[in-house]
Amino acid sequence: MALVEIENLHLAIRAFEGEAQVLAGVDLAIERGEIWGLVGETGCGKSLTGLSISRLVSSPPARYPKGAIRFDGRDILAADEAEMRKLRGRRIGMIFQDPTTNLNPAFRVGEQMIDVALHAARVDASVLGLDAKASARARRAAARALAVRLLERVGVARAAERVDDYPHQFSGGMRQRVLIAMALIGKPDLLIADEPTTALDVSVQAQILKLLHELAREQGLAILLITHNLGVVAQIASHVAVMYAGRVVERGAARAVLKAPAHPYTQALIASLPRAGAARGSLVGIPGVVPNLFSPPAGCRFAPRCPLAVARCGEAPPLEAAGAAREVACWRAERAA
Amino acid sequence: MSAAESPKIDDAQAGGDRAAMARALYRFRQSALSIVGAAIVLMLLALVVVAPWIAPHPEHAAGGFAMGARFAPPSAQAWFGTNELGQDVLSLVLIGGRVSLLSGVAVVLAATLVGTLVGATAGYAGGLIDDALMRFTDLWLTLPGLILAMALAAALGPGVANMIFAIAVAWWPGYARLVRGETLARREDAYVQAARALGAGPLRIVGRHILPNIVSPIIVKMSLDVGFAILTVASLGFVGIGVKPPTPEWGSLLSNARGYLPDFWWTAIFPGLAIFLAVFGFNLLGDGLRDVLDPRARR
Amino acid sequence: MLRYAIRRILLLAPVLVGLSIIVFAIARLLPGDPVQLAAGPQATKEEIASLSRELGLDRPLLTQYWSYVTGLVAGDWGQSILTRRPVWEDLRIYLPATLELVVVAMGIAIAVGMPAGLVSAAYANRWPDYLSRVLALGAISAPRFFLGLVMQLVFAMWLAWLPLGGRFPIVDIPPPAVTGFLTLDALIARDGGAFWLALKHLAMPALALSLSPLATITRMMRASTLEAMTQDYVLTARALGLSRRLILFKYVAKNAASATLTVIGLYFGWLLAGTVLVETVFDWPGVGLYATKAIATQDFMPLMGVTLICGALFTLVNLVVDLAYGLINPKARYA
Repeated sequence: MALVEIENLHLAIRAFEGEAQVLAGVDLAIERGEIWGLVGETGCGKSLTGLSISRLVSSPPARYPKGAIRFDGRDILAADEAEMRKLRGRRIGMIFQDPTTNLNPAFRVGEQMIDVALHAARVDASVLGLDAKASARARRAAARALAVRLLERVGVARAAERVDDYPHQFSGGMRQRVLIAMALIGKPDLLIADEPTTALDVSVQAQILKLLHELAREQGLAILLITHNLGVVAQIASHVAVMYAGRVVERGAARAVLKAPAHPYTQALIASLPRAGAARGSLVGIPGVVPNLFSPPAGCRFAPRCPLAVARCGEAPPLEAAGAAREVACWRAERAA
Repeated sequence: MSAAESPKIDDAQAGGDRAAMARALYRFRQSALSIVGAAIVLMLLALVVVAPWIAPHPEHAAGGFAMGARFAPPSAQAWFGTNELGQDVLSLVLIGGRVSLLSGVAVVLAATLVGTLVGATAGYAGGLIDDALMRFTDLWLTLPGLILAMALAAALGPGVANMIFAIAVAWWPGYARLVRGETLARREDAYVQAARALGAGPLRIVGRHILPNIVSPIIVKMSLDVGFAILTVASLGFVGIGVKPPTPEWGSLLSNARGYLPDFWWTAIFPGLAIFLAVFGFNLLGDGLRDVLDPRARR
Repeated sequence: MLRYAIRRILLLAPVLVGLSIIVFAIARLLPGDPVQLAAGPQATKEEIASLSRELGLDRPLLTQYWSYVTGLVAGDWGQSILTRRPVWEDLRIYLPATLELVVVAMGIAIAVGMPAGLVSAAYANRWPDYLSRVLALGAISAPRFFLGLVMQLVFAMWLAWLPLGGRFPIVDIPPPAVTGFLTLDALIARDGGAFWLALKHLAMPALALSLSPLATITRMMRASTLEAMTQDYVLTARALGLSRRLILFKYVAKNAASATLTVIGLYFGWLLAGTVLVETVFDWPGVGLYATKAIATQDFMPLMGVTLICGALFTLVNLVVDLAYGLINPKARYA
């Protein structure tokens, strides 16, 4: 059984104009220790997929009409807020795009980490290595020590002092390290990283990715790396899932998918990457626009933009194996591959 | 909206539409309240305009009295009762509203005029002139406004015009700061640059290009201020400065009635409620206008 | 932080000088002849001239200003025609009464307004929120003197629970003055009876004075809480399992409070002037009542004194608020 299983997940969000079908068939299975890159354009639903695993999309206005999310066998869509809180911060950690705004500016970073640690320890006392009867003071001290250890682990120098600093005293890259430490404090099984490097300098990006890679390897941590940047995926992901307009259109081993994409959309996405050495002006865009999610096209959502579309694309293609290490949702996949 | 209710939807389209819907809904709710405010304000204005014709005893507002009908409690004949001189409180409140509302509006207009002059000059001229004017404005803001207005009104002597002048003198710095900030923000805008390149003088640039573009925040502030200006006018009346008797004015009616509490409570309650209603109406209206006109303050 | 504080305190000096210039200028520009008033209606021309010399009003303006300012520094704030006492001594008696009123009113406003705004935001667009918003707007719109009157009518005249006005019963001996705050002085003197009396006198005026800042603080706190709740760090805190309650009352509250705090400073200054009406209604012997009486008799020196002291206190309070803001919001300290 995979750690995370998402099956045919649908998500609709009620809005002024009607109901937007923002997710319409997301399939993912993440094993412990795997790093999955979830890629797609802005608006394809990749962030909502990540938020859905932690049930952070508030409903209403959102609802899940179809599909399932299972975390370690547990039915996430049936879980209530109290059950979800036992997972959040303890078994599922999350980091987001902008490290400047995701730390509370008015509190020392240690204070914020301690609260997360205390919460995780309430769910599972072993997080702090204390038994449930330990005094509040002892727990606080242990939480602080844990915060320092984690800050050290993610590469914050002089962690014992810096734990008492305020967020604005850290650089952008360091803040993201702090946020990673904070997400890891409950010893999670899964880390959801939503565009963790997008707001950072290129040199810092590489360091953060390296850190995530190390953490996954040494702790058996599964990572769901949500990004629009295929380069990021290529650097550290073991697997990749490509989303288009609320659906996973192709998924599989990162190397296989990136090297020989099977879905026309994946092909277009990779072709649109600027390459070093490519002639100027050879930048390829994808013709057409993303479909309106209030009245999406029936069948394959990429069909209106697809150069290979045929009449059969009016029916939604299922995600089916295409070769050893990948699945693809396209009627013409064999030919495309 | 909490973060939980507004997740970071990376679907720009759905997010944008949702935000637009939330805004529309919010504005509607707000405008429901501001419609109530507008209704109150319009009703009061209409009543005050036709007051001399609909008031049962308009002559009481000019000093007439009826000692035979002293301290009659509210009844079908005299809805608000009568006071120590037998004057009909309803008539006094209706006609007194003319002074109170008119002065409130006049104070804000005068303050806006002065504040805009100072603010636009400072904002457009910049440099030393800006520094000097703004330091002066800030200093003026530290003065206790009500005491200043009271002192000035007392020194100038009774009379509606004197009172309006006195309050406006204490009131302009807020407008100066607002207009200065907005002017400063617009000064470097492309259309202002273009006008300057075409050789327009400072007067023309400020008057034709900058001021029309900063009208919204000024109107918002004015609408929010009218209520408080009415309150200040009534305050002056209450401490016995301002309007010359026998001209009725809400604050002085209230102050006059203090001596007849608790037995003849209606002489105080109705003028007080009139002040409250007027201020409440203008505040509702101002709040609503701000939400519609001033995107930065929208909440 | 310390350097910032020192710089801010040093900047106080030019503001105070500016204030004294403005107050002096206004007093000189006001119509009405102070000498005529001081000398009385029957005074002859010669008497007026000699009094004018005596008061130094015949000298050049600059000289007059200089002697005014040096007088201020030396504690000579002029003489009140009405009380026939030095203004400085009057202020020393009246100012603590006003401050006690304002501090208690502000205390009520903060203690009720901050949580009310927080709760209002937590229940945004549900009935507790609507209720608090309409109440707040109503409280802002209600004239203080009218509120005071209604309170007197209900609690003093009809129910007879509270005294009509004043600060302490005339027939009773107040506790020895230490702080000038009667409630505190009563506590210092361990006089429970006096404390209770002082509190009963304080209750209505403080409440009447507190409603408008209470409403403003509620509105501000609501808006800044809503603002803070949309921030990314709230999502992160939720994603890491912190409870809504902890997020709201600890993390969001501190951010929202620091935004609200600046308004509190502004309001404190307004209240100093705003006490005029409440003090008049409740016959509270503070600077507001002192100013009203001075205005009625065109008694200039007390007016200048009150204006000056209000301006100075306003500036001072804003300084304190700025420094407190630095403590709450660590980022501002280094700005």
